[in-house]
Amino acid sequence: MSDEKKHATPMLDELEKGPWPSFVSGIKNLRDGHPSGRVNGMANDLLGQLEHSYETRKGYWKGGTVSVYGYGGGIIPRFSEVGQQFPESKEFHTLRVQPPAGHHYSTDILRQLADSWEKWGSGLVTFHGQTGNIMFIGATTENTQKFFDEINDYGFDLGGAGPCVRTSQSCVGSARCEQSCANEHKIHRMLVNNFTDDVHRPALPYKFKFKISGCPNDCMNAIERSDFAVIGTWRDEIVIEQDQWKKYVDKKGRQHVIDNIITRCPTKCMSLKNDDTLDIDDRNCVKCMHCLNVVPSALSPGEDRGVSVLIGGKRTLKIGDLMGTVIVPFMKLDTEADYERLVELAESSIDFWAENGLEHERCGEMIERIGLVNFLDGIGVEVDPNMIDHPRESSYVRMDGWDEEAIKWFEQKRDQSLAAAG
Amino acid sequence: MAKREMRKAIETGCPDGFQYMHPLMVKNFGQWKTHDHPRPGVLRHIAKSGDAIWTVRAGTQRILDVFTLRQLCDIGDRYADGRVRFTIRSNIEYMLADEEKVAPLIKALEAAGFVVGGTGNSVAMISHTQGWLHCDIPGTDASGVVKAMMDELIDEFKSCNMPNRVHITTSCCQINCGGQGDIAINVQHTKPPRINHDLVANMCERPSVVARCPVAAIRPAQVNGKPTLEVDEKKCICCGACYPPCPPMQINDPEHTKLAIWVGGNHSNARSKPSFQKLVASGIPNNPPRWPEATAIVKRILRCYKEDGRDWERVNDWIDRIGWPRFFELTGLPFTKYHIDNWRGARKSLNASTYVRI
Repeated sequence: MSDEKKHATPMLDELEKGPWPSFVSGIKNLRDGHPSGRVNGMANDLLGQLEHSYETRKGYWKGGTVSVYGYGGGIIPRFSEVGQQFPESKEFHTLRVQPPAGHHYSTDILRQLADSWEKWGSGLVTFHGQTGNIMFIGATTENTQKFFDEINDYGFDLGGAGPCVRTSQSCVGSARCEQSCANEHKIHRMLVNNFTDDVHRPALPYKFKFKISGCPNDCMNAIERSDFAVIGTWRDEIVIEQDQWKKYVDKKGRQHVIDNIITRCPTKCMSLKNDDTLDIDDRNCVKCMHCLNVVPSALSPGEDRGVSVLIGGKRTLKIGDLMGTVIVPFMKLDTEADYERLVELAESSIDFWAENGLEHERCGEMIERIGLVNFLDGIGVEVDPNMIDHPRESSYVRMDGWDEEAIKWFEQKRDQSLAAAG
Repeated sequence: MAKREMRKAIETGCPDGFQYMHPLMVKNFGQWKTHDHPRPGVLRHIAKSGDAIWTVRAGTQRILDVFTLRQLCDIGDRYADGRVRFTIRSNIEYMLADEEKVAPLIKALEAAGFVVGGTGNSVAMISHTQGWLHCDIPGTDASGVVKAMMDELIDEFKSCNMPNRVHITTSCCQINCGGQGDIAINVQHTKPPRINHDLVANMCERPSVVARCPVAAIRPAQVNGKPTLEVDEKKCICCGACYPPCPPMQINDPEHTKLAIWVGGNHSNARSKPSFQKLVASGIPNNPPRWPEATAIVKRILRCYKEDGRDWERVNDWIDRIGWPRFFELTGLPFTKYHIDNWRGARKSLNASTYVRI
């Protein structure tokens, strides 16, 4: 490209300075070094529009309606409002593509994706967007279909955009992390791939996200960022290797251990004995992970593992931020039937919300509006004291069904103890 | 005209990750024993089988061009068995079966301009959104803010000198796609939307725009005989929620769209339940191309946390211990009436005790 055709970018040039890698330099490389004139032109006009945004402190993209044949979503359409000045990037849609669970890639598949993308798109890609999609940023309406057809042939599919089930995320988990209490990979794919139709054809009140973390460290931010959070946990004792523990105490000193581990336990269930061994009152352990994070050489999650499920996390719009709420304190995920139960729970939750949610109302907002008990009733889940921080403080409630509810509780307890006795 | 044959999509959904996973990770799936942290940017995980795998983490520009992506692949082919993964904060991770290759891999990454770090008690890569590069409603740029800030925080990314990890996020509008962070830099609008009444009737589905407003400040109106919408500016909280469904209600403004800084968001359950971030500073100019005012405040907060935080305290743990009065004293940030919440549920954020720090 001749120099006079290149848009001047004095402000963006400032972002080529400094030690952190620069995305501006990357876009310039596409403009100046790519063999395709189409890619050069697109990069040049993109830089031109972005510089214009920097000068005027305004954005110039607007949405629209673009999808691929047979789907209703998965593309973020972008048409430029200043396309006359920057015609070669005037259509600049993003394709949201579902990544492999755990975000694992071979370099071969990344190269294959890069080859397809430079053939049809801008050559700019992000691993990954905030929802967890591979974001292929910048394709014309016509090429959107062509790129999708090509990558769909070798195993990639679009994610969600709009009021639908969205792309899911799971942590590295069992693939590399000793804290993992679940098969995140399997949970992730079973859940989201059960709802493929709801991913591709937006018809729900609003977005619905699954996120899966293998332990309560919740590296996927599932409690706050997903409507349906599945988090690995355990219900027996933390495994303590006392020899390793004593080595740690010996190396760091008792005061360090008391200040950094024993007194940081949220339920004060740990005690450092006089002989430097560790004692944990596991009945009161809430599985916060702190001690396991500090001393992974000596402490491991228990062996009776499963997951907790929380529903209703979301960001600000519309009623304010919500964390998810426990609706299943613990369930095993050992057998195929266990996994089926988890999928059924997701199905009944989405079905109930699809029926009862208002337009643009997240599942957590609906629960806020109708109350947790009505939601539990709707999906057929019994109440549990693990669902709350504390019982109600307000006496303004009609309780003429008390006797039946109390009987239900005792019957449930009896059934559980009979089941436990085998 | 002949009907065009359309290819039918194969609805495979989320691909199986095992086909791309490092063979040692497949072999030891669910069988890991422990890990340690030999140096910033490097993790060593040990499996029950005795196998060990080294992970090298590197920060990138996140918006990758295909040349950079291929360069990352070349490095992976040469040193890391051709397998990579990406973290939730868009760092790339290389997994190595062979410890001998760790140092050469780091050297190769750094020679190519990538930044090894982001593990343990570092300032992690800032997670961010699309901004002016691609979003339809952005008040600022994301990649630019992050690039400018990471230039200044790079030493903290490459070292592990913080009391605990620090997750920073940015968002380009008040929907806050960037999410919760130990420190969050988010757009804050300060004026109601300016409405182009000529366009509303044709571009906006008015009832859904009315329904979108969190404080019921929008109502149908007629201007110059045309149906449109109007905003009760006394009620308006300037959140911008009406702008996405109704672009003629322009919320972004070169002067009045500001940045605000929030602290103490924490997703983990470690030590305490997950927490939302709290407002600490606002009115910060949206000042491209390098946003120096925002970076200066972030650095000031980080300096106080680094000096005063105890081992393993995240930013929220640190402030819980020292209290908010001390936080404002240490950071020198002004405490204003805007810090006192008045949204639903705000009462639980008020101090209903004699616990005061004076």
